[in-house]
Amino acid sequence: MSDRIDPMDVNPYLPEFMREAAAAAARTPVSRRQFMKIAGFVGGGLVLGFTVGTRSAAQENGHGAHGDAAFAPNAYVQIRTDGTVVLYAKNPDVGQGVKTALPMIVAEELDADWSTVRVEQAPISMALYGAQFAGGSMSVAMNFDTLRRAGAVARAMLVAAAAERLGVAAEELSTDAGYVVHRASGRRVGYGELAEAAAKLPVPDAASVPLKDRNDWKLLGSRVTGVDNLKVVTGQPMFGIDQRVPGMLYATYTKAPAIGARAVRANLEHVKSLPGVRDAFLLEQRGNPIEFNPASDAHLSGVAIVADSTWAALKAKRELEVEWDETHASNDTWSAAVADAKRLAAAAPQQTLGETGDVDAAFASADKTVEGFYTYPFLSHADLEPQNCTVWCKDDGTVEIWAPTQTPQNAVTAVASLLGVSEENVTLHQLRGGGGFGRRLANDSVVEAAAISRRVGAPVKVQWTREDDFAFDYYRPGGFHSFKAAIAGGKLTAWQDHFITFTRGGPMPISTANLSPQEFPANRVPSSRIVQSMLPSRIPSGPWRAPGSNAIAFAVQCFLHECAVAAGRDHVEFLLEVMAMEPPARPGPRGFGGAGGPGGFGMPGLDTERATGVIRLAAEKAGWGRPMPAGRGLGLAFHFSHQGHFAEVAEVSVDANRKVTVHKVWVAGDIGPIVNRSGAENQAQGSVVDGFSTAMGLEVTFENGRAQQHNFDRYPLLRIDRAPEVEVHFIESDNPPTGVGEPALPPAAPAICNAIYAATGHRVRTLPLTREGFTV
Amino acid sequence: MQLNVNGRSHDLGDIDPTTPLLWVLRDTLGLVGTKYGCGIGQCSACTVHVNGAPVQSCQLPVQSVEGMAITTIEGIAAEDGTLHPVQQAWIDEDVPQCGYCQAGQIMSAVALLARTPAPTDADIDAAMSRHLCRCGTYNRIRKAIHVAAERIEKTGSAA
Repeated sequence: MSDRIDPMDVNPYLPEFMREAAAAAARTPVSRRQFMKIAGFVGGGLVLGFTVGTRSAAQENGHGAHGDAAFAPNAYVQIRTDGTVVLYAKNPDVGQGVKTALPMIVAEELDADWSTVRVEQAPISMALYGAQFAGGSMSVAMNFDTLRRAGAVARAMLVAAAAERLGVAAEELSTDAGYVVHRASGRRVGYGELAEAAAKLPVPDAASVPLKDRNDWKLLGSRVTGVDNLKVVTGQPMFGIDQRVPGMLYATYTKAPAIGARAVRANLEHVKSLPGVRDAFLLEQRGNPIEFNPASDAHLSGVAIVADSTWAALKAKRELEVEWDETHASNDTWSAAVADAKRLAAAAPQQTLGETGDVDAAFASADKTVEGFYTYPFLSHADLEPQNCTVWCKDDGTVEIWAPTQTPQNAVTAVASLLGVSEENVTLHQLRGGGGFGRRLANDSVVEAAAISRRVGAPVKVQWTREDDFAFDYYRPGGFHSFKAAIAGGKLTAWQDHFITFTRGGPMPISTANLSPQEFPANRVPSSRIVQSMLPSRIPSGPWRAPGSNAIAFAVQCFLHECAVAAGRDHVEFLLEVMAMEPPARPGPRGFGGAGGPGGFGMPGLDTERATGVIRLAAEKAGWGRPMPAGRGLGLAFHFSHQGHFAEVAEVSVDANRKVTVHKVWVAGDIGPIVNRSGAENQAQGSVVDGFSTAMGLEVTFENGRAQQHNFDRYPLLRIDRAPEVEVHFIESDNPPTGVGEPALPPAAPAICNAIYAATGHRVRTLPLTREGFTV
Repeated sequence: MQLNVNGRSHDLGDIDPTTPLLWVLRDTLGLVGTKYGCGIGQCSACTVHVNGAPVQSCQLPVQSVEGMAITTIEGIAAEDGTLHPVQQAWIDEDVPQCGYCQAGQIMSAVALLARTPAPTDADIDAAMSRHLCRCGTYNRIRKAIHVAAERIEKTGSAA
């Protein structure tokens, strides 16, 4: 593996901080990843932390191995003398299941008894855990090796302690579900009994400890129910919104209906006179909050109402009257953008992103050319738990944060910057997020809570309303693809995409509105041309589940199907043929990769063999080619993103009233070995439902800078009565395990749209489907 | 004002009688299992039982339920802590992803099985379509309801 990793190779659609974190993790060889004992915690026993390189980073952070530190559970593994095994989950859980999956990896190598393992959310420490975030489907891929070794190192120390205790050689010992076992004599010693002695032993080199053969895995690959499920089904406090602190006040923060407007004055005296209201005040805009940046301390201009209860604050908000200055507000309007995009598509492109082969010659010699103009809208994340955060700026200058954030380290940075305190004085408690989907990568609600808590000098929970959540999102950007393809001899010979996207000005698109010139199939077809034109926009945008891919897959995979139909070919065979084309040599300024390119953080990229495997498997499971009654059809799509290869086949019928029923979707995925089978299947099923839900009826349109969808009545998420059955199959190839929170989503919409074509002959080129007259 | 929640009577003092039941449960009584999702009766994350029937607590002024028997997600397990079969099925089938909507979903499923012990898929659609799950756990919700129904039939009791 090269130690020079270009962050763009990770995934060109992810935010910069994620690509850097992944590249940094990939650059660190195993030999520099070492574990250290952490002493001095309550209860005695063995505690192992993890550090990169020397041990000094952790020691400087005050969690030294000298035994005099305060209780510092900064570790992946704690084995207490009473036998309790505590495993720390480093990254936030927003529904993707890493609080279960990551500790499972440790437990496998530790040979812990999973039924007695306790999982806790880790504190925030870059020194001991490296980057902590939930995004890019990277948790398993980035941490698999480290977590295995954490478990294996602890196990080796327990075995060494047992060897001393029993007076036998370590080689004669094995481990089983929380015990070291001496096979010859049948003696068994529990981990708890060994913890104190193990803690006194030297820590073995992480690179030297033996790891289990994959065939010997017991826990990994099994079905494990989520570690917080008991809390979920009994309603115990766990989400951000559930946080209560003694003396806590409840706040709402009202921002301008038009993005970028400024609050001039408000009827504050009246609002302050209302029952239960403690205070009301204006906050000036800080920085540039419309640009997505998890570490940003920026916030919009607005009016805070601080009250004794959520309801007192919400009721007072109804009587709030604000005068807004809209001089610098956005006046973006979606219908105007659509018209402008069509105009731009007909003109010469502004930029060339990539070109290979002789595209013009390929079109000149084509039997057929195919053209299609594809449109997809802006989207909201619509996490079911509206944004919220609790912050306490204390009198002694320290700050405590309780946040359901996907980027806790960035939240600490943002609050420290806002308040002008050092990050050491900021403590953040990771709370579960009621959905993430990328929305909680941004810490805007955290910054608002910090600003309001500082002003009132008390712990404050800022609670966004559902309407706030829709009006102030970092939206999935809409976009347009004007495609043209050449078919000769039944084969795809040229591929051209004129991509119309948005910019604030300058050469770069807004967040996650970019297109990689190596996006499949441009990286396979002999001649391809990827060009771009941009429209100005002041709409905030940011990562939305499978950024980039969630939209690009729809356009690309549907247009490829158009090409297959035009070529008179079976879709499966046509897709496999394109997949197997020799990629042309491609000189270029940088190695654009990720979705369709060379892969990321040392992981293999789009792999023809893996892609072929999942395409064939999905087709086989769905009974591809079987006869269908009129009005019913099968549709296929494939997409590679987040290191995951996924193919999906949808069976869809459309009735005379254009009502769409998705009967079933077959998913075939290759993400390497499965960590938690139950969790992985759940993510894949949910991704397909999300993909259909979104494609069917969801869009955020803007009129004069104002989002027109304010609640679920106009943003109709799919309900159970219209949800398809989703059957999931994994090819557990011998590749490193990678994430599954995102890559199953992109193929869902194009598979369904291609099935609609098969059922009706109607080619869907605009999402949502309601725009083309379909209903659910 | 007195409020009867999970078999206990609570004195709410001089609370604003227009306060939605949702916020009384969450802020006043600290029963935070019942969730705020939309505030307009679209998502049903706030579902509780009033006299045994599932209702959206964000739509109910607290004064309208005075004297009625209110049950929340915190109150459906048996007193000895034994989970309701619906709760147990939710764990066994690993239904939740983020888990935020699930308290509301479970409350509707419990009410469904109380009146329709062996629901068809159509019964489940009718009873559960008021709920939104942003994570898309619908396949497993359906399965878990069937599993819970079978177990209740076998044991002859709901808890």
